[in-house]
This record gives sequence, C-alpha cells and structure tokens, in this order.
Amino acid sequence: MKKMLKYSTFAISMLGMVSAAQAVDLNVVSWGGAYTASQMNAYYKPYTKKTGVKINSIDYSGGLAEMRAQSEAKNVTWDLVDVVLADAIKGCDEGMFRPIDMDKEMAAAPDGTPASKDFLKGTLLSECFVPQIIYSTAFAYRADAWGGKKPTKMADVFDLKNFPGKRALQKKAINNLEWALIADGVPLSKVYDVLDTDVGKDRAFKKLATIKKDVIWWTEGAIPPQLLADEEAVFGTGYNGRWFSAINEEKQPFAMLWDGQVLDIDGWAVPAKGKNVAEVMKFVKFATDTQRLADQAKYISYGPARLSSGPMVSKHATLGIDMGPHMPTKYADQGFMTDFAWWADNGDEMNERFAAWLLQ
Amino acid sequence: MANGNTQGEVVLAADGTPLKESLNKAMRKNRIRALLLVAPLFIFILFSFLIPIFDMTFRSVDNWQVGTLMPNTSLALKDWDGKAIPEEAVFEALIADLKAGAITREIGKVGTRLNYEKSGMRSMITSSARKSKKVKEGPYKPIVFKMHKKWKDLETWTVIKRNTSAYTIGYYLNAVDLKFDKSGEIVRQPENRQIYGKLFLRTFAISMAITIICIILAYPISYLLATMPLRYSNLLMIFVLLPFWTSLLVRTTAWIAMLQSQGVLNDLFVFFGFIDDANRLQLIYNLTGTIIAMTHILLPFMVLPLYSVMKTIPPTYMRAALSLGANPFVAFVRVYMPQTLSGIGAGSILVFILSIGYYITPALVGGTGGTLISNQIAYHMQSSLNWGLAGALGALLLGSVLALYTLYNKIVGIDNMKLG
Repeated sequence: MKKMLKYSTFAISMLGMVSAAQAVDLNVVSWGGAYTASQMNAYYKPYTKKTGVKINSIDYSGGLAEMRAQSEAKNVTWDLVDVVLADAIKGCDEGMFRPIDMDKEMAAAPDGTPASKDFLKGTLLSECFVPQIIYSTAFAYRADAWGGKKPTKMADVFDLKNFPGKRALQKKAINNLEWALIADGVPLSKVYDVLDTDVGKDRAFKKLATIKKDVIWWTEGAIPPQLLADEEAVFGTGYNGRWFSAINEEKQPFAMLWDGQVLDIDGWAVPAKGKNVAEVMKFVKFATDTQRLADQAKYISYGPARLSSGPMVSKHATLGIDMGPHMPTKYADQGFMTDFAWWADNGDEMNERFAAWLLQ
Repeated sequence: MANGNTQGEVVLAADGTPLKESLNKAMRKNRIRALLLVAPLFIFILFSFLIPIFDMTFRSVDNWQVGTLMPNTSLALKDWDGKAIPEEAVFEALIADLKAGAITREIGKVGTRLNYEKSGMRSMITSSARKSKKVKEGPYKPIVFKMHKKWKDLETWTVIKRNTSAYTIGYYLNAVDLKFDKSGEIVRQPENRQIYGKLFLRTFAISMAITIICIILAYPISYLLATMPLRYSNLLMIFVLLPFWTSLLVRTTAWIAMLQSQGVLNDLFVFFGFIDDANRLQLIYNLTGTIIAMTHILLPFMVLPLYSVMKTIPPTYMRAALSLGANPFVAFVRVYMPQTLSGIGAGSILVFILSIGYYITPALVGGTGGTLISNQIAYHMQSSLNWGLAGALGALLLGSVLALYTLYNKIVGIDNMKLG
C-alpha cells in the first residue's frame, strides 16, 4: 500500500512536470482592481486566445520587497511585474530586472517607427522598463464645497482662507514637497533645482507646515475618494484613474484640479532570473504594441505610453464617454514628472525628515 | 538506591530485566513519543519564527555589499590613513570594480548601501559605473574625478572605507537616531531627522495606556461574566467574542465609519446637542483614534484571562470576609482583587506585547499622531527596502520586549501568570 502510494505520487508528479513543460503558464503580477481588469481585457485575454498561453494574474500592492525576496532566495516565481518607473530604476540598479533592447525586442509602430522612438519622450528612463501607461497623481476637490468658488491652481490648495476644509494627502515626502514649492511660486521647471538646496528643502517643509493641521494623511489609494465622498475632506490627492471612476462611474460631485499634476509612468519589468524569460518577452512585445495600449484606454483613464496609440484612443467600453479629455496626457503642460534620480539619492533622507516633521 | 528496602538486591521486572533498566526504557520511549508529538510545532516555529528572526537580526549587522562587490577597492583602501584623497592605485582598483559591477549589474547594491549613510552616493556609484565601461587606460584619478564631483570629497572615501568591513553598527546607530559624521565620529542626527527614539517612546506610552484602559474596562465585564447565571453570562460571552472573531481589518474600518467627523458618533453628538455642527470632534486619524480602535481590538485578550481566573475564585471567600465584618469595598479590595492579580498580569502582558507590535490599525486610523514604531518597520520592509534598518529596529523592539518580560518576571513572577 505504502509502496503503491509512493509510486503513484511519483508518477503523478512526473505527469505534472510533463504537462508543465508543454504549456507555459505565465505568472503576471499587477496592481489588481480596475487596473488589472483593464489589462485582462486589453492584453491577457487576447493573448491567450491567440497563443494558448495561460496568464495567471497575481495581485500585489507595489514595492519591490517580494521581488527582492524572490531573487535573494534564487527562486523567482514571478515572470513579469507591473511596476512604477521608480521601482523599475531601483530594481534595475540592483540587478533584479533584465535589461531590454527596445528596438530589437519590442514591436515597432504600425508605420514602422522603431519602439525606442514611438514610446513617449522621457518614458524610457530605465533600460529594464517597457512603459505601458501614463498616469498622474493629481488633486481633486468637492465641487460643492465653497459655493460657486472653484480652485484653479496649486496655490489654492494651500489657501486655507478662501478654500477652507481638510486636505487628504499621501503620507509620503515625494510629491508633497514639490507641490509645496509650486504653491509657493516656484515654476514647474525649477522645482528640483530648488529642492536640491538646503534652503529649498526648508522652504518646502515650511510651506507644507502652513496646512499641516488641516491634512488627513492617507496610505491606501482607495482612501482619498472615500474621504471626499464622506465629506471628511474637500481636497484630496490620488491617482487620476480612481478619480475618474469616482466622478464618472459613481457620479460623485468631484472635479479635477489638473494644475501641478505629477505624471508618472507604469510599465512592465521582467525579473532577471525568471523561469520563462523567452516566453514572457513574447507576451510583453504583444501587450505593448500600438493596438493593445490603445485598447487599454477603453477600460481605464490612463494615457497610452506610445505616440502611435494616442490617436486611436476612443470611447470608454461601457460608459460610452469620450476618453480623450480624461487622459492626464492632455493636461501634460500643467504638470511635471518626478525626478526619479533625485529621489533615488535623497529619498531615504527626505522620508526620514518627513517622518520627523510629522512627529513635531 | 531508589529504594532502601531492597538492600542491594536488584528488583526484577516481570520479564526478568532489572526494574530500573526496564523503567528507563519505558521512560525513554515516552520521552521520544513526547518529542515526536511536539516535533511538528517545533519545526513550524523553527521555520516560521526562529530562523526569520535570526535572519533579520543578522541583516541588521550584515555589511557584505562593499567588501564583496568592490573587492579591489576594499583591498587597496586597507592601508589608507584617511587623511587625504587616496592614491592612484586606489582609483585603478575602483575602475576595475566599477567595470565588473556594471557587467554583473550588481553595483547598484553598493550604491544603495552607501546611500543610507550619505545621500547622493547612489547616483555617484551607478552613474560612475555606467561611465566606467568606456574607460580604457589611466591615469585614472582625473577620469574618476570627471565622472562625479563627489569623488573629490574626502567624506566619500571615509564612508567607503568604513563600509569595507563585513559587519556594521550603522543600522543600529540609525535606529537610535545617531550617525557617523564627516570624520567618522558617532554623533546625534540633526533635530529634523530624529524619529525612531521618539517613536519607540510613543509606542511604549501608547501600549501602556491601552493596557491600563483595557484593565479598567475588562475588569467589570469579566466580573459580570464570572458571577452571572450561566444563561446570561453565555450571552455576554458571545458579545465579547463576536468582535474577537471578526477580521481585524473589518473592525478597524468599522471604527472609521463610527468615529470620523461625519460619522455615527459625531452625528449622534450633534443630534443630542452635545456639540454643534461646526465643531465636530476629530476622533480619528490621531492618537484618540488609535487608542480607541486598538483598545477595542485588544479587549478580549484582557477579558478572557481575567474571566478564567475569576471563575475559579469561590464566592464563599467574599461571603466569609463579609461575615467576618469587612464592608463590601474592603472585602473586594483585600480579598477578591489579590486573587485576580494573576489574571491581570496575564492579560496585561498579552495586551501590552500585542499592542507594541501593532501596525495595520495605527496605519489606518492613526494619522500622524497615532502611528507606532512598527509602522516605520513595515515602511522599511516594504517601501524603502532598507532591510538592515528594519532588522535593527525589530531587534531593538524584540530586545525591549524581552527586557520588560524579564522585569515582569522579577517583580510579579511568571509562575503567577494564569492564561486560563
């Protein structure tokens, strides 16, 4: 009996190995929620239909902790990770992710423009990163909060007299310091020059201190729309996709303040020691081609990272509204991009200082 | 010798072997059986608890990066006196290391490590490594100076030299708000970067407050539970246990709905006219929120040990005290309470240690005033990826819990603790 059990277990595990060798399943890790749903509709399902390769969608909450643990244990089970640019740069520096030759390994635009030229300028900031979408972190406000008055610029967020009420800000140094400087009159293009000086850092913290007692600090992206909906806060920062669904799907009385929006890029990174690198590269090539990126914008209000996808963005798949005006890329001139190199160098120090400032 | 009556005669068991031997055999068997029974638990604890703790504690002193990934530079810096910028030989070694590191793509780890000690060193290392690919021949010193201006700083070299050793106390210094200054002396962090000391103190203060509130709240409930007729006490017990069985996250979120300024509690206050609509109380996203939510969550850990101790106290003791002339208050304080001390002790230890490690609840309802040291540990584990610092903070937390436990043992005695 025991022997039989042993042999049958062995046989079954062999069978398992054989079947695993035949059809590769890809473990693709992304943010979950509406975002992963848009990826499923735009890339996963069409790819499985086309090639038969099954995609196991795994949710995570960002960060490189799990990725680093896997590569340190030399057992990388993730084949592909959806990361923000900052994490791609960090992971690339530490050798967690595989460098990618854009022109050789990624699809060209329909008109033949090579990938490295077709991705939006300034999005290819890490050699391990294939951009997918442009999203933004922006302020939204309750449109009914101050009668007819509407905030139009970043300085209004810091104006407690004309726009009283609580502000929901993310509990992080990044973005908040930049916004403080912009509200204090620093032009968008000079923000990081100012922030790089000690005087500039003090100035940012000083400006932030003017609204400190009226800030509710959030840590989970789902919180700020909730705070505004509950009338706990009048301003909130958050990802524009979340604001879009709160405004258009849940019909909340919010409006966007695009001024000072922080544009950020989200995309794919391939773990360097993954088990199915060749297979996964085929998938990434498919998932980031012009059509697929344009398709994704039907399901979520994030801008496609390819120039050639831009004109193909059409209407929302279920709501039927024109997605053009809801793309953060439309208001790019009112926003700026985070200087990731600066934050990579100064992030540790700034976050400590920010935490100390919160304690004061 | 166990039995004096045998007077040297060996007592035999039924099968003819000496009784002692046979007894030993049976005992050994029992011991092995007992060991086997606890083995699953032991192995589980070993892998899920002890090894991770050792691993994280080791990380808090481990400093392999520079020595392993920049072996040539480390060697060349061995005899450097630290008084002036090093000689050409060091720069040659540096270029060799940067080149190798750029190919293996591991040099970023050195940058990350050094950046913990001095902001800006991450980009200095990674950008220099990128540029090093093109370097062909020396003299290397001017080439390196051109790569990044920080290479001209003496401090850069002091930091690198300090981190060539395989172990460091740097993470522990960071964890108690100290740092190395330019010349390598240990000094306090500037005022605007001191956080961990304050957070440790706050964590202990909040945990203490929660423990005391739990005692005050749990004592009467447990008394009721222990003295009421079974019918009612069972119902009451369910009320105590129901939240205990509910997910932590659900309870925390429920508190948000209750306490927020447009929430249930404030609405009631306004409705009954305790406060006016414009001055709603801020009960959440601050210290108050953390204390309320955590007290509620941890209350069962106080009620259950108290209840189980009170259940064993015979009511006759109180009656005896009363009939001997004590008034009810004196009887309660001098006869009843001392008997519940072991329950209070057990509950306090449970609540205090649990609240020291709490992090989800403070993260959600704590705002800025109510976050604890564990939130910083989680931040360094998940976001900043500074696992060395997370390890150091965790080790300090563990150390202080063990110290408090020992203190408790000295004062109260752990044998007097009753969990049920």
